[in-house]
Amino acid sequence: MSGHSTYQPQSAFMKWMEARLPIASLIHSSFVSYPTPRNLNYWWTFGGILSLMLGAQILTGIVLVMHYVPQETMAFNSVEHIMRDVNYGWLLRYLHSNGASMFFVAVYIHMFRGMYYGSYKEPREVLWILGVIIYLLMMATGFLGYTLPWGQMSFWGATVITNFFSAIPLVGEAVVTWLWGGFAVGNPTLQRFFSLHYLLPFVIAGVVLLHVWALHVVGQNNPTGIEPKSSKDTVPFTPYATVKDGFFMVVFMIVFAWFVFYTPNYLGHADNYIPANPAVTPAHIVPEWYYLPFYAILRAVPDKLLGVIALFASILILMFLPWLDTSKVKSARYRPLFRQFFWIFVAVCLGLGWLGAKPAEGGYVIAARILTIYYFAHFLIILPLLGFIEKTKPLPNSIEESVLGHGAAAPKKA
Amino acid sequence: MTLQRSLLALVLAAGFAAPFAMPAGAAEGAPEPPRQSWSFSGPFGKFDRAQLQRGFKVYKEVCANCHSLSLVSFRNLAEPGGPGYTPAQAAAVAAEYKVQDGPNDAGEMFERPGRPADRFPKPFPNDNAARAANGGALPPDLSVMAKARTYERGFPRFIIDIFTQYQEQGPDYLVALMTGYEDAPQGFNLPAGTHYNKYFPGHAIGMPNPLNEGQVTYDDGSPTTPLQYARDVTAFMMWTAEPHMEARKRIGFQVMIFLIVFAGLMYFTKKKVWSDVHGHA
Amino acid sequence: MTATSSAGHTRRDFLYIATGAVGAVGAAAVAVPLISQMNPDASTIAAGAPIEVDLSPVAEGQVIKVFWRGKPIFVNHRTKKQIEEAVNVNLASLPDPQPDSARVKEGHANFQVLIGICTHLGCIPIAHSGPYDGYFCPCHGSVYDTSGRIRSGPAPTNLALPPYQFVSDTKIRIG
Repeated sequence: MSGHSTYQPQSAFMKWMEARLPIASLIHSSFVSYPTPRNLNYWWTFGGILSLMLGAQILTGIVLVMHYVPQETMAFNSVEHIMRDVNYGWLLRYLHSNGASMFFVAVYIHMFRGMYYGSYKEPREVLWILGVIIYLLMMATGFLGYTLPWGQMSFWGATVITNFFSAIPLVGEAVVTWLWGGFAVGNPTLQRFFSLHYLLPFVIAGVVLLHVWALHVVGQNNPTGIEPKSSKDTVPFTPYATVKDGFFMVVFMIVFAWFVFYTPNYLGHADNYIPANPAVTPAHIVPEWYYLPFYAILRAVPDKLLGVIALFASILILMFLPWLDTSKVKSARYRPLFRQFFWIFVAVCLGLGWLGAKPAEGGYVIAARILTIYYFAHFLIILPLLGFIEKTKPLPNSIEESVLGHGAAAPKKA
Repeated sequence: MTLQRSLLALVLAAGFAAPFAMPAGAAEGAPEPPRQSWSFSGPFGKFDRAQLQRGFKVYKEVCANCHSLSLVSFRNLAEPGGPGYTPAQAAAVAAEYKVQDGPNDAGEMFERPGRPADRFPKPFPNDNAARAANGGALPPDLSVMAKARTYERGFPRFIIDIFTQYQEQGPDYLVALMTGYEDAPQGFNLPAGTHYNKYFPGHAIGMPNPLNEGQVTYDDGSPTTPLQYARDVTAFMMWTAEPHMEARKRIGFQVMIFLIVFAGLMYFTKKKVWSDVHGHA
Repeated sequence: MTATSSAGHTRRDFLYIATGAVGAVGAAAVAVPLISQMNPDASTIAAGAPIEVDLSPVAEGQVIKVFWRGKPIFVNHRTKKQIEEAVNVNLASLPDPQPDSARVKEGHANFQVLIGICTHLGCIPIAHSGPYDGYFCPCHGSVYDTSGRIRSGPAPTNLALPPYQFVSDTKIRIG
């Protein structure tokens, strides 16, 4: 998508095509000759893994829709029909439900990798913001999808999440009624959620294209955080990055397959095998694991409106990360203090996730409040200050130098 | 770097840390259901055909009086990975049931003998009738019951469970529940029409003790104890909840072998491709 | 080029080909469930089991329509005159020659059982219509006689017959 092309059309047809629609050279420049830093580690393969997961989710989703019925009296049974009667239906359904979780595993690794190596910093701010938008769309899509089997957790999850909007002053009730299409979550809600669940993945795919476009304009960051200076710092995307991404995709598939074939319901909730019942709320309403940190933040705040604001703020604050981090050095490799705070931040997120699954009472609430305050402090206090007080380690002169050791050219290992 | 590695491993492990607060069935004060030994657990687990047939007998003679099995068809009884009945046996079971059909040409509903394609008929015409006949409590459908109940595993067991593939919380809870009836302790205020059960959340359950010694006759010499009945009917419910479990685990093993071989080949290919780049092994 | 490096090349080529082949096998395996799920599912197949139809209420000259596997099955209780006409046709004049006896069960020539789907493009012909008092397809004008044989119009073959037997004189089992 930028001008790295060395593509020369060979056949007469490709020459004819190139003069009219230069798609071959676009693909060549984006995915073949595109220079990637030679020192990327395996944490950089998760972008490719995410594309794979998006494709897999869209594919299994389209196929499931051929059998699913978005209607309140039939939705639960149609999912069971898929599980029981449709050829390989159980496989397709478990691929889709566990695929959502794997998608989030990959996106969290991808995001934390970006944070660790400072991939959001100049000139990659727009790239990062597009990523946050993709993440938001993923969360919406995942939530909408979880309502579709119309089990108890689907129904009550939908009720709780849509009630966020009732916190809006004055118009809250009206907004929620509008979202529901009724006076409670019901068939109109299910049908619109189905429609939007089908739509949003294609919106995600569109933003992913922008994300990749932006990536190919500014180039990939790398573990040193310094920009490539010469062709010695890079290797062509194909075959080097393709084969490396491909290898780790297969490794990731092993984890995915473990869940799908051996513990397919581990990441779900038993309550969702109980058909939706508007008269009985499950004892503990818990969202899917990937929302738990934010759910903990919501419940840590004793005020309804402020809780919802804190929840949304905790996600939207990511958009401002490029400007909240004041350090000129990108990679945590050369930022000893930041590196420690990064791992504390990871631990805080995990802690919030754990608390999100616990009942909101006693010590859990106090712990959630402390971690919530720390979560925001990380972005609003620690990161801005670190840039001024941290003494960073010296940066190498080039990527090549960091790979081969200082100065002298190291002997070829291979 | 090692510290970072192990922390990252922790991130990954805890990233999978999903539902450690599993609500259904878990209750404060209820003891943890004892672990049962199931033929269908683990990566090579298979249903015990004889056990499924005994369990079906228990369902038919005891549970079916109040509990529906509305997602299961008679034909399922003869499908691979199930109790192993022949299609003729499944058709004979179907014919024992009266199924409502219609309307006929005169516009009337009529009853006919069941066919393999029919689902198990419900014991009550609707939920309200079921409630009215059972003191206000609705006997739940048992089709996916084995997956719809669980108990809380807690840290760190919920992480270990990923690797040991322990996922029989539902069946373990069901066996415990069916054998967990006892006299209410002193001072426990048992509401009228309910029964004390050690494992039921809140302990006051609408269902009376369903299983008694010798209640169902077994022709294969298995013990006719309530515990045996409970295990057999639970195995049957696990099958109704997950009728393709055997195929899933079988295909899963093939997929695993394939992916490991493919990953190995990809690894060596990657190594070969990168071998001409300085600084990379 | 030395001997060792060409041996190295062969090894490398073999590795690449093996990896590519295994990847192709994997992609093909993934396609299996995605394609297979569109075939009739277990409940559809079970619902397509044979059905029994009682013919005693069907009066002479009457055509009834029943459904088997989602297809309309016509049962025509033919009159003596209709049967005679169907039998006494010059087979050489038919586009798809078939004697009437091959289109009914022996001894039950009065009941004509056929799949009521025009062999042209799948419309349902209208019974008791057309010049032969047989079937007429309103979509594109195919004309069938009371035996369900194509007589004129764009349809290439006679109306198809479902698998069925007489379980008694007045009862058939379709499927």
